[in-house]
Amino acid sequence: MTTTTLPPGKKTEPVSAPKGGISDRARSERKLGWLLAGPAFLVMLLVTAYPILQATYESLFDFRLTDPDNRAFVGLGNYGVILSDPLWWQSIGVTAFITVVTVAVELVLGFGLALVMVKALRALRPVLRAAILIPYAVITVVSAFAWQFAFDINSGFVNSWFTWLPGVAADTDWFGDKWTSLLVICLAEIWKTTPFISLLLLAGLAQVPEVLQEAAKVDGATRWQRMWKVTIPNMKAAIMVALLFRTLDAFRVFDTIFIMTNGANGTESVSFLAYRQTIARLEIGLGSAVSVLLFLAVVLIAFTFIKLFKVDLAQARGE
Amino acid sequence: MSTRKKVLWGVAGAVIIVYCLFPIAWIVSVSFKAPSDLANKSFLPSELTWQNYELILTGGASELFLPALRNSFAICLIATAISCLLAMFAAYAIARLDFPGKKLILSTALVVAIFPVISIVTPLFNLWRQIGLYDTWPGLIIPYLSLTLPISIWTMSAFFREIPWEMEQAAQVDGATTWQAFRKVIVPLAAPGVFTTAIIAFFIAWNDFIYGISLTSTEAARPVPAALGLFTGASQFEEPTGAISAAAVIVTIPVVVLVLLFQRRIVAGLTNGAVKG
Repeated sequence: MTTTTLPPGKKTEPVSAPKGGISDRARSERKLGWLLAGPAFLVMLLVTAYPILQATYESLFDFRLTDPDNRAFVGLGNYGVILSDPLWWQSIGVTAFITVVTVAVELVLGFGLALVMVKALRALRPVLRAAILIPYAVITVVSAFAWQFAFDINSGFVNSWFTWLPGVAADTDWFGDKWTSLLVICLAEIWKTTPFISLLLLAGLAQVPEVLQEAAKVDGATRWQRMWKVTIPNMKAAIMVALLFRTLDAFRVFDTIFIMTNGANGTESVSFLAYRQTIARLEIGLGSAVSVLLFLAVVLIAFTFIKLFKVDLAQARGE
Repeated sequence: MSTRKKVLWGVAGAVIIVYCLFPIAWIVSVSFKAPSDLANKSFLPSELTWQNYELILTGGASELFLPALRNSFAICLIATAISCLLAMFAAYAIARLDFPGKKLILSTALVVAIFPVISIVTPLFNLWRQIGLYDTWPGLIIPYLSLTLPISIWTMSAFFREIPWEMEQAAQVDGATTWQAFRKVIVPLAAPGVFTTAIIAFFIAWNDFIYGISLTSTEAARPVPAALGLFTGASQFEEPTGAISAAAVIVTIPVVVLVLLFQRRIVAGLTNGAVKG
């Protein structure tokens, strides 16, 4: 059995100006369009394109703020230093681990949340919606502190509540080891960002045509079959958009790590590495190179998603 | 739905509510614990105390916290206002006019939205020191636009696309002047979209941490999240856990109020911007 989707609706082509030169009206509309949207466009370029170009330029120099006189051009030397440093590869590993674990868990959990919101009683819905928005709206730093204090060896309640779990004792030091630290970091990230995914999936669920569900029911499809063959294929676009946004977001993880471990025990992410080089050690050259590499990684992920999974943002926008 | 199913979905809903609110309840609880009570190993304080709030609002930590609160409010509101104004014009053009470059503007907004913040911070850190914007309000407002502007453009153009613009002409046919048609017909239709966008942009600015810790060094411009990371206890032997929790509760109050008042709109704005764009 193949998946079931409705045929794409016919697109209505916008009525374009007659061939051979554009009318005055069209020309003035163009002008007005850029006049109105231009400032926003310029500001966006100014606050991103300029810094990344500047970073690329600075990454070619051996330059630290504590020693400004000895600024020297080293070409791609900084990149060589970084790429041959195990610290870089460790931070890539940590970042990839957090990204894969959180996004995978959030997708499943977010789907469950969306289903409950659809099925829950009408009276319960506003309460659910408000509750789900709370983690989204709470600042990441606060969420990181809340989870850190909960697992803290002195002030936390987790150790005394969960002693019945194997491996948890009254004196379990969650932040004393790389993997337990990463576990708590992932938990905090999952709590904070699952609501966003679930809202996107909820919007996707609403776009699944009811007729298809009914038809599948009449044809005797089980609940499970309807889920996999009708619901999920029809909300593929929403799932992909949610995945893309969250993956890119997770890959930039910084706040939670800063608060919880400050990069101790090998829990440094790529963003954290760039921060430590630039702001803490004032190694502008090396820090810029890490920033550029992080930027390239993000572009690569976005590109892969869009090409490999054919995330069609236009389709997702219902155009 | 049968009663059994109803109960099951209801229970699932209750579980979700507990899941969402539990960490918040915990930090509220910690904020009411006395320092000697922090290690009581239980969720609730043995005795309620306001001393953490006193410490950050009138006591030793207030010099760190109160200016940060003022900075956060001012910087986030100004950044939100600027990006909403810019986005309003852009979204109007995208929704209403036919001009080449629409796609370019929307894709640029998308690229800016996924931009790693740390890649912007590194060069700005150096530049701001040279031109004197380091540790100032404008020094944070400008980079905050990279966070708030893209989402504003996406969300607002999604809202503006659903406005029945023909009503403006209809009003003019009925004898309204251009200005009247705009003010009486279009403004009321567009206002909810602008308002919702502003709330979402404010959330994002309020949440910033990287710019805050990297581009400020004193209470002249340091926002709350950055200040939270720098709290120390009343003495060097005391963990600042209680004070941090009290401050965390205070910065959470504005966003919780916004969520409770405007939840329906926020959900519409978030999903419109991302899925329908």
